[in-house]
Amino acid sequence: MSNHQELLTGWGNTAPSLADVVRPRNEEEVTTDLQNAPGSLIARGLGRSYGDAAQCAGGTVLSNRGLWNLTPIDPLTGLVTVGAGVSLDELVSISIPAGWFIPVTPGTRQVTIGGAIAADIHGKNHHVDGSFMNHVRSIRLATPTGTLTITPESEPELFWATAGAMGLTGVVIDATVQMIPIETSYISVDTERFPNLDATMAAMASGDDDYRYSVAWVDCMTAGASMGRGVITRGDHAPKSMLEGKQTRHPLSPPASTKLAVPFTPPSGLLNRLSIKAFNEAWFRKSPKKRDGEIQSLGTFFHPLDGVDWWNRLHGHRGFLQYQFVVSDAHGDVVTKAIELLSSQKVPSFLAVLKRFGPHNPGPLSFPMKGWTLALDIPIGPPQLAGVLDQLDLMVGEAGGRLYLAKDSRLSPQQFRAMYPQLGEFERIRKTIDPQGLLASDLSRRLGIS
Amino acid sequence: MRNAFGQPQSVLVLGGTSEIALSVVERLVAARTQTVVLAGRNPSGLDLAAQELRDKGAQSVETLVFDADEPSNAQGVIDQAFEKAGGSIDLVLIAVGQLGDQDLLDNDPDGAAALFTTNLTWPVAAMTALRSKLITQGSGHVAVIASIAGVRVRRANFTYGATKAGLDAFTQGYSDSLKPYGVKVQIIRPGFVRTKMTEGMADAPFSTDVGPAADTIVKGLSSPASVIWSPPLLQGVALVMRSLPGVLWRKMPS
Repeated sequence: MSNHQELLTGWGNTAPSLADVVRPRNEEEVTTDLQNAPGSLIARGLGRSYGDAAQCAGGTVLSNRGLWNLTPIDPLTGLVTVGAGVSLDELVSISIPAGWFIPVTPGTRQVTIGGAIAADIHGKNHHVDGSFMNHVRSIRLATPTGTLTITPESEPELFWATAGAMGLTGVVIDATVQMIPIETSYISVDTERFPNLDATMAAMASGDDDYRYSVAWVDCMTAGASMGRGVITRGDHAPKSMLEGKQTRHPLSPPASTKLAVPFTPPSGLLNRLSIKAFNEAWFRKSPKKRDGEIQSLGTFFHPLDGVDWWNRLHGHRGFLQYQFVVSDAHGDVVTKAIELLSSQKVPSFLAVLKRFGPHNPGPLSFPMKGWTLALDIPIGPPQLAGVLDQLDLMVGEAGGRLYLAKDSRLSPQQFRAMYPQLGEFERIRKTIDPQGLLASDLSRRLGIS
Repeated sequence: MRNAFGQPQSVLVLGGTSEIALSVVERLVAARTQTVVLAGRNPSGLDLAAQELRDKGAQSVETLVFDADEPSNAQGVIDQAFEKAGGSIDLVLIAVGQLGDQDLLDNDPDGAAALFTTNLTWPVAAMTALRSKLITQGSGHVAVIASIAGVRVRRANFTYGATKAGLDAFTQGYSDSLKPYGVKVQIIRPGFVRTKMTEGMADAPFSTDVGPAADTIVKGLSSPASVIWSPPLLQGVALVMRSLPGVLWRKMPS
């Protein structure tokens, strides 16, 4: 094993594969790496995709962390040009003090700009603001046939094909992003607990539009009348006038850095049906029945898990997976059926995240579309799990829904094709910039994306 | 590619008419496997098995004829198998082997040596040829069918048992050597399985049919276990077998 080879997995710690890792520091070096790659190549950021999207068995993995230029944010327009390897954490640490916030943030700040584009990440504001690519104004993209600057106006096809394509259209060098102005680094949060899934979903359908940010945590392990009981947290950026006491002295403070870490991987099985059930129960009970106008820091509201480094290790050596799907509003019943199936098949799942999406953007592989999305966090281990998820795939596919590629680690090529009807269009566009199919990942091979 | 459950999309079977192996592959085809290469000695048996797998939904099934009595062909067999699979293979199932008749083997030096060639020398040559392929590929999974008979050899089938003991031991070191490259290697130790290989023989204790044995093996392939026992109960039985004093061991019914 040569010293630049690394055994890589996604955040779920499943299906490791070996690749040559290169770390270019600028556009020229990216071009050289693309030209010199002996086989396939894929870019990788902070490795937060759960499955095999940023792995390339037997090929080259290009770490984008050396692509690190960060110019000051334009104080008039809020536009910022950021290197692909800059993480959202690093970006907000300079943007918040200047009064700007990222337009879209997922549940972690440990995502690079390149990764945010590759997954076309979404956050709690999708129903209002859309996904990350809706806020990207231009991308410098290195492809096997040349490096170009793409905007939604100049290269609409390639620009949107890059949204959610998990790196298969090229290596992002940098991107210009439209930031949003904030008065404070706090969110005014309303929290409400609901006794079952129907009540949770009804409250979201009727009330979400009053808030910029909204999400529900749902308990998938309680059967019967309390099945799918949930806690909805919704909020908006707090204006200065809402701050009190110490907060007023530093209204724009960047999130604190991590204090805790999981130092090693405990045996699998630590998180099992019993412990997960107990956790869900405790969490539900500690949530207030109803509380309005609580002032929370951005970090607490958006990124609760960023408080613990390497929390993925808690799932043990066998790893875990995330199953996230979206179905249209008309097929909201699939959410209920999915939770029923998991519960009846005794599949342990941590608190699931339920959210309503706004309209789909033009990206053929971009995940979000108008409707409901449910994200489940499941440890690998129960022998029935693979089959149960295959059943879920069918339900989601038949309802015209789809799975999120940034989370996927086990979908079949047939189901993938059924879920992404615009795949043919994507493959046609991809061929124009990568006719040889140099850009490939374990995910693209597994799903048969050409 | 293998997915998060370790389910392979492409499989090579060395010993492609092995009932246990085919029963395992049938189950893998029902999950994610699309491409299968069956390599073995008997062309008509291979063709029949290939057709069955196609009927069960496998997209591409190729056959490859070789004889395990000639270890010098192993490199060529592996090269051809990868070609037929389209360049990469997620799982290699090694099911080459014969039982032999111990009563005859007792007085047949050539026969005893030939059994070692088929059951041990050829698989060792093939696994060695396989090694660099899997390292280049950057991922992979090898599962080797050994036997409970190799855990402690018995009078009744010690030549067979010794070949499997050798293969088992080789595989343990082979597994360690491939771990840093992300290649998973597992040893399968079945007990007595009612197949054509054991046809006409009286059932040994803890006998199983092919179906249940395949179920156990498929479950094991998705697990991180280094050894898959079939039936799982044999793990405990083997512990007792190993620790029995020789005097008692020789008195065990055979």
